[in-house]
Amino acid sequence: MAIVERIRPSERSRSWRERLGDAIRQHEGLRALLLAGPGGLWLLLFFLLPTAIVFAYSFARRGPYGTVSWAFTLENYVRFFDWLYIRVFLVSVWLALLTTVICLLIGYPFAFVIARSPRRWRNALLVLVLIPFWTNFLVRTYAIMLLLRSDGLINNALQWLGLIDRPLTMLFTPFAVVLGLVYGYLPFMILPIYASIEKFDFTLVEAAQDLGADTWQVFWRVLLPLTLPGVLAGSILVFIPSVGAFVTPDLLGGGKVVMIANLINQQFLTVRHWPFGSAVSFVLMAIVLAATMLYFRIGETRRI
Amino acid sequence: MTATATTSLQAPRRKRRLSAGWALLWLNVLSTFVFLYAPIVVMSIFSFNASRQMQVWMGFTLDWYARMVHDERVRVAAENSLVIALVSTLVSTVIGTLTAMALERTRFRVKRLYEGAMYLPIIVPEIVMAIALLVFFNLSFSWLDRLFGLQLNFGLGTITIAHIAFSFPFVAVVVRARLADFDRTLEQAAQDLGANDWQTFRYVTLPLLMPGIIAGALLAFTLSIDDFVITFFNAGVGSTTLPLEIYGRVRRGITPDVNALSTVMLLASIVLVLGSLAFQRRRAT
Amino acid sequence: MGGFAPLDRPIDVELIDVTKVFDSGVVAVDRVTLQIQQGEFFSLLGPSGCGKTTTLRMIAGFEHPTAGEVRIEGRPMGHTPPFRRNVNTVFQNYALFPHMTVFENVAFGLRMKRVPRDEISRRVREALQLVRLSGFEERYPRQLSGGQQQRVALARALVNRPRVLLLDEPLGALDLKLRKEMQLELKHLQMTVGITFIYVTHDQEEALTMSDRIAVMNAGRVLQVGTPIEIYERPTSRFVADFIGETNFLSGRVDDVERDTATVLVAGNRPVRVRIDEPLSVGSEVTVAVRPEKVQIVPLEAPGADGLLRGRVEEVIYIGTDTFYVVRIDETTTVRVRSQNDRNRLDGGQLLPIGTAVALSWAPDAARVLLD
Repeated sequence: MAIVERIRPSERSRSWRERLGDAIRQHEGLRALLLAGPGGLWLLLFFLLPTAIVFAYSFARRGPYGTVSWAFTLENYVRFFDWLYIRVFLVSVWLALLTTVICLLIGYPFAFVIARSPRRWRNALLVLVLIPFWTNFLVRTYAIMLLLRSDGLINNALQWLGLIDRPLTMLFTPFAVVLGLVYGYLPFMILPIYASIEKFDFTLVEAAQDLGADTWQVFWRVLLPLTLPGVLAGSILVFIPSVGAFVTPDLLGGGKVVMIANLINQQFLTVRHWPFGSAVSFVLMAIVLAATMLYFRIGETRRI
Repeated sequence: MTATATTSLQAPRRKRRLSAGWALLWLNVLSTFVFLYAPIVVMSIFSFNASRQMQVWMGFTLDWYARMVHDERVRVAAENSLVIALVSTLVSTVIGTLTAMALERTRFRVKRLYEGAMYLPIIVPEIVMAIALLVFFNLSFSWLDRLFGLQLNFGLGTITIAHIAFSFPFVAVVVRARLADFDRTLEQAAQDLGANDWQTFRYVTLPLLMPGIIAGALLAFTLSIDDFVITFFNAGVGSTTLPLEIYGRVRRGITPDVNALSTVMLLASIVLVLGSLAFQRRRAT
Repeated sequence: MGGFAPLDRPIDVELIDVTKVFDSGVVAVDRVTLQIQQGEFFSLLGPSGCGKTTTLRMIAGFEHPTAGEVRIEGRPMGHTPPFRRNVNTVFQNYALFPHMTVFENVAFGLRMKRVPRDEISRRVREALQLVRLSGFEERYPRQLSGGQQQRVALARALVNRPRVLLLDEPLGALDLKLRKEMQLELKHLQMTVGITFIYVTHDQEEALTMSDRIAVMNAGRVLQVGTPIEIYERPTSRFVADFIGETNFLSGRVDDVERDTATVLVAGNRPVRVRIDEPLSVGSEVTVAVRPEKVQIVPLEAPGADGLLRGRVEEVIYIGTDTFYVVRIDETTTVRVRSQNDRNRLDGGQLLPIGTAVALSWAPDAARVLLD
């Protein structure tokens, strides 16, 4: 008896809680299940399964009264190649690209200045960028509507200055949509670029100058290549929400500028052609995933 | 010797000339800030405008705010928004933190797949997730009705479930970043001093992870209270949230009461952001 | 092997054929067997990556042996978690909890064991007194210097009155002067509290200064166990002789064996006489190891100059108390000599200039024969 006690003291008088603790410690699988389980379950039930249903719907037919009748068909995808819808697709990608380029042109020098400003200012400047960003997206879009309206502040000011005699039509144009997208997603461009410029070792600039490079050469050959990860991250972060934007074209495009998300909305809520709406959703998803893959591919090849 | 050393050290720190290039760069910063702030400032100012027509300033008034306070629809929408945001934040913070622990601390067979799937809600366009959930709830409600006679409908429940689904991966990303920097010898020290796994988590891991968890929770709260698209597609009768209320009013025509409501929401988010920044700074010192 | 210490005290920690293979396939610890007695200051000494820290972590319970057994107080540990072992660790980076005050850090272990409140505060105060940190209770770790943090880590471990204290290079992060102070303080502390210390270090001087016994490790294996004097004076392998202190190695062939003394031909058939412990056969290839400070250096032109080896001074390195000479014996062999300065000597207290022809000699007891 005494010998048994001596050899296996750890087996003495353990409560069920200790036993449970030991089981969790010793079995990594059990631990993983307990930790990963809730998230996995939620994701499976409320993301993966719904997405799978949409995928299945995209091959179905529209039934009477907007119902879905099961049948395997590619007609929804074929239908997308109608010029009417291809145009929506092209407009979306074009406006998203335009937004990305404009954000880059504004955001890069902006991030550069913040990163090179005195340390005390940097955080304050970043917070100033973030404040409008943390404001409700709808509120911000609405604020832009106020400015762009034919009786809005900009038109009033221009008329008062005598530069124009009739109000300019700015609202419900592609211009308004791009403006809204830039306004909404500019911080997504600024922040990653800022992070990469801030990490950049500026003695490299002195080294390049020492070797005879002028300001432009320093920018193109040293600064830009080394801050490219930030540029790429910013671009993908702006492009993805832009190409799938719904609120901005809905409010600032006012039905005159239709992007993919508006088409999806229309098919689901107005026309009630869910299978076609599902197919369009998967086209949008394909664009986004392709952009993401491209981003990772470029990121991999550029890794030093 | 010392003198030369000092001067050579100081030499590179020459005064920055405000060259034409820098002037242009600062001009860009300045005009960007004007661009970022002009719309919301104008909106806020006009929320105090006495005129119903908004093109001209007709004097200061608080009427629109008074009207908003007494507006039953706004009150209900605000309540809905808060309830949804609080529940969604609570659940997604817990699930997100567990997920972060799973990703950073355990190995399992389908981990790469799990990790990849976890990022999907972050990159998939909102509209796609919105209609996917719409379709899913629709289908499952009709099945539940057919099989069990269970009558379920779109409402606060569906919105909250949807919000958790897109929030918790964000929480997981934020907490995971903090967890990746975690000095694990601290946990070993705790175990060495007699703390069992639960005590180690409770007294060492959790307190040190707290800044990350709070940051994640704030993000989840903001995502939920700001969300329009997914809420729009998964709302039901009586479950209007503030963004939905604003959208409805904007679609009907622009009136100053929307300005007042938007300004209040703007102010609330500024307070929230500055408050959380101040909180983080206080913890950091 | 060299463990000559009498086993008169109970064994606190015992490792029996312990092997640790990591998932990557790296064999970190290879069939290590050790017995550490109660109250001993025992050091695990070796270069980084030799397995000493892994050995310590297996005693603490952070790692579990792939094969073999760790016993503490005679009980096999198996997969017993760290919090059920009566040992405490002082970590290399101290691992103080940044969100707790000094008091809370030290009290942590007692709180986990649900020791009554007033006893906790009494014992914490005693522990802080022991490491001379009274009055620092309310500070946070980041408000302390490296040396103070080190002491908090010590107090935090000692307050639990562990059977064995494990120290993983605890002085590694301190600067040289503070390290020397802490070495003496640690040794003093260990004698005061009478707890078994197992001390991991790569610093041979630190190990020699503090330890009762040392285990020298390399590539996962224990090469020699013994007191500092045994390890230094009678290394049993080339690695130990080289890692601890400095050693000249002269390879040669045994020419003659005469009871406990062998004559070995080194460096172009020069005969040197070496005392041996074990019988050697004539003709076997061996290495003669002799420490620089055991070698006498005399200029050839000095009256009565005689020696085992002859050569020319190639380098003179003056280091204050001593002077190092590098003496070339032949094309492939040099011998380093460490000679104390400031003494009345044949050269009149002056350094030998480069190029001087010299004779080198040493007592037969001062050299060792190594078989590997």
